[in-house]
Amino acid sequence: MARALIDVPKSPRRGEIIEIRTLIAHPMETGYRAGGDGRKLPRDIVRRFSCRYDGELVFSAEFFPAVAANPYCAFHTVATASGTLTFTWEGDNGFTQTEAVAITVT
Amino acid sequence: MTATAEPISRRRRQVLAAGAGLAAAVLVRPVAATPDELAAAIAAFAGGAPVRPGKVKLTVAALVDNGNTVPVTVSVESPMTPADHVAAIALFNERNPERDVARFKLTPRAGRASVSTRIRLATSQQLVAVAQLSDGTYWSQSAEVVVVLAACIEGES
Repeated sequence: MARALIDVPKSPRRGEIIEIRTLIAHPMETGYRAGGDGRKLPRDIVRRFSCRYDGELVFSAEFFPAVAANPYCAFHTVATASGTLTFTWEGDNGFTQTEAVAITVT
Repeated sequence: MTATAEPISRRRRQVLAAGAGLAAAVLVRPVAATPDELAAAIAAFAGGAPVRPGKVKLTVAALVDNGNTVPVTVSVESPMTPADHVAAIALFNERNPERDVARFKLTPRAGRASVSTRIRLATSQQLVAVAQLSDGTYWSQSAEVVVVLAACIEGES
């Protein structure tokens, strides 16, 4: 399990636009670099990221090798109701990780 | 004395004017002037629809110390209602091994069309952000970035 950092406002008001910041530990090996033996290191990147709000897709991203190591992604959503935010990262070599964060809307 | 001095100063003025004109041409280079590969990648994203400059704000440092991690923010002016919202944002580069950097899909539930991430830049180059609106129009903005330390594409470090 890679370490994932997710920053969601603790108790936003209903209808407030909130910023969600996410980061996951991942080397994001580009596939263009040579290793110590001179051979190219195979590509190993996070390809897809998505955020669901109570099951409804609110944001998704597609990453290419030009995204820096430990991919960081910040975006916005409207705090509609208390519920669960689900974050999913998918990548090469079967990499997949899902994190859930509860949100309380006042 | 004055007869020789005047042509020289006039020539100097012409040289200065030419320099200023060149600088202006570099600074306000339109999207249409981007190299073929970059233009092709943008055209593929837009599906052949015209991509007009405007509406998009691409925020990135003009001078980047470390190309391994470059903070980038793309925001688009949009009310983000179901009838009028930003559907997708794509970021392209000019001189990395691949033209694509990242693509984002947004919904009206985003509330605000603003996305931030950190990218790699192999060398000094141009970045282009393209936004697809729900009405099917495409808008873009480009930025020139000077990179001091390039993202490592040569070997492990």
